[in-house]
Amino acid sequence: MSHSPSPMRAKFWTPGVVTLAFLMTAGAVAIVARYIGGIGYVTNLTNARPWGLWIGVDVASGVALAAGGFTTAFLAHILSRHYYEPVVRPALLTAMLGYTFVVIGLLVDIGRSWAIWKPLVYWNPNSVLFEVAMCVMFYLNVLYLEFVPIVVAQYKGRVSLPGPLAALNAPLEGLLKVADVITGKLMWVFIIAGVVLSCMHQSSLGSLMLIAPTKLHPLWYTPILPLLFLTSAIAVGFPMVVFETTLVTSSLKLDPEMHILSPLTRFTVFLLGLYLALKIGDMGVRGTYVYLLDGTAQTNSFLVELILGVIVPWVMLLLPRVRQSRRGLFIACALIVGGVLLNRVNVFVVGYRPPISEANYAPALPEILITVGLIAGLMFLYRFLVTYLPVLNRPKQEVSA
Amino acid sequence: MDLSRRGFFKIMGATGAGLAATGQSAAAWESRAPEEAYGCLVDLTRCIGCRKCEQACQTVNGLPQPDQSFDDLTVLDRKRRPDDKSYTVVNRYYSGKIDERDQLMPTFVKIQCMHCQDPACASACIVGALTKKENGAVHYDAGKCIGCRYCMVACPFEIPAYEYHNPLTPRVMKCTFCYERVAEEGKLPGCAQICPVEAITFGKRTDLLALGHQRIKGNPGRYIDHIYGEKEVGGTSWMYISDRPFEELGFIQVPEKPLPQLAETIQHSLFSYLWSPIVLFGMLSGVMLGFRDKGDRRANDEGDKP
Repeated sequence: MSHSPSPMRAKFWTPGVVTLAFLMTAGAVAIVARYIGGIGYVTNLTNARPWGLWIGVDVASGVALAAGGFTTAFLAHILSRHYYEPVVRPALLTAMLGYTFVVIGLLVDIGRSWAIWKPLVYWNPNSVLFEVAMCVMFYLNVLYLEFVPIVVAQYKGRVSLPGPLAALNAPLEGLLKVADVITGKLMWVFIIAGVVLSCMHQSSLGSLMLIAPTKLHPLWYTPILPLLFLTSAIAVGFPMVVFETTLVTSSLKLDPEMHILSPLTRFTVFLLGLYLALKIGDMGVRGTYVYLLDGTAQTNSFLVELILGVIVPWVMLLLPRVRQSRRGLFIACALIVGGVLLNRVNVFVVGYRPPISEANYAPALPEILITVGLIAGLMFLYRFLVTYLPVLNRPKQEVSA
Repeated sequence: MDLSRRGFFKIMGATGAGLAATGQSAAAWESRAPEEAYGCLVDLTRCIGCRKCEQACQTVNGLPQPDQSFDDLTVLDRKRRPDDKSYTVVNRYYSGKIDERDQLMPTFVKIQCMHCQDPACASACIVGALTKKENGAVHYDAGKCIGCRYCMVACPFEIPAYEYHNPLTPRVMKCTFCYERVAEEGKLPGCAQICPVEAITFGKRTDLLALGHQRIKGNPGRYIDHIYGEKEVGGTSWMYISDRPFEELGFIQVPEKPLPQLAETIQHSLFSYLWSPIVLFGMLSGVMLGFRDKGDRRANDEGDKP
């Protein structure tokens, strides 16, 4: 189990990457339209439905699905299970890019993008959103700091910019040296702070809707919503790692890392089981099971979320046969990832029912293009960074195949 | 990745301090409703649907001219909501009330920001751009707003509207309770001043409650025994009395508990003095130190060999 991350140096402009670039361009055009005509020009948001696809997917799901970053850091660096080291860097990269795009998504969504710094000056400690924003801001910086050693490893002692830029070589080299020393000494602080900040805002994202008891459907409105958000974020961390590792290793024809992914999902059996128990227990305590068969869009979406997104993959992961099969493991983990994504969309979009105007909402095309473009941008950058920085494990015998 | 022993004790000390603070943080949630709040009592039995209040609101607040004139009563044929161009609208309801010639009689309902005593929007607002003023107004400061629209999510009455078509400096638009007019010029809100039938009474909220109860008691059979806004979401500055059940007039049922209570209680009991993050940080440092070089003992038997 030698762990030697290295740059992939694979061909960059594959057909897949070209597709990503195309989707990014479409998203960028829609973003330009948003800044010319306003949010109303590109979205179907209304006074009754002020939050839609962008908050549900780009922000809430983006944060939840970046949970692989702090869960793997906890496992490998706080519990010192170094066996899992090979998935820590890719998960960290996903989290770093995930949060970066959460912030970009937020910039597009808020009406006054240029005013995003104002919560730093004008504090409202009563506001759940204020706490979420502060945590996301600090955590994003922590993620960048945690990523510094990867950059240092690649470029320290090897900075050689071409032509007139060569004058910058020495200062950059010095900067890398300082960064290396500081992050080396303080990395334990960043790692623990990352876990603490994650626990804080992952749960608080659930508290966001507690202020709207008349609007959020009772299947989701529960005082333990923050706890459900936290447990589901922790539970989706490793499945997200499996999901992306499988995609990346297939795409780049690398070792599928099954010897790491299989045991990793044994934790998921427990964590997802805990989430499932909380969710069903909550339904029992509050008696919301009475809604389950009423056939509304909300209820059906809840059933899909619970059955396909939690129960089915949980049962699948109980079976060693599934955990050892690459395909089985991927399907189970993709279901869990989809289940958490649907949960966030349900809480912020589907389950949100304005009681007076009863306004419906479906995202407009440019709205979808922006969300898709942001996800494509994330994948594009991921591909770019693993090509040039030591994130993934060196390809093994498959090279010649 | 080095955790020195001294650093560790420092953290544990901070943890202890954090724990000590938890006693205070458990304090019960308290309403921040101003005692001397002004308000308006709307008597729905008096309103004749003339829309003069809408017109006065538009003039006083410098809002854009509507497409249809304020004299045009056909706009009442459909239900409207306040939006980014009108802070208040009047809707007409036929709730089954009939006059002596068996004709259906309308009830008119003026809608605007309720100016809650413990406003959910102000609790939600990330920057505190929305605040409850001493005189009862829920006041919006566009200079702080970032446009997150969480206030619109939080408002139980679906009141705040947004300038969705302004690309860079959109504002949240809602009834201001004519804050400057009331606070600085000592005048009435535009709508209350113009109402030709005195359907809107402006005054101290406590006086208005007394007046409302007095009207209900003094005219047996005329009113429903309910002041909408007395207890709704912990009380609102705008209140209504009616001769028809409120649910037939577009009023929704809302909890009597102030909406910010649950979220604020959770937030403050968890994060006062940042005690829980500090404790968690301390605990994780302990775990990290304890597991250093020990975690991998079991690494070799991470079963499930593929």
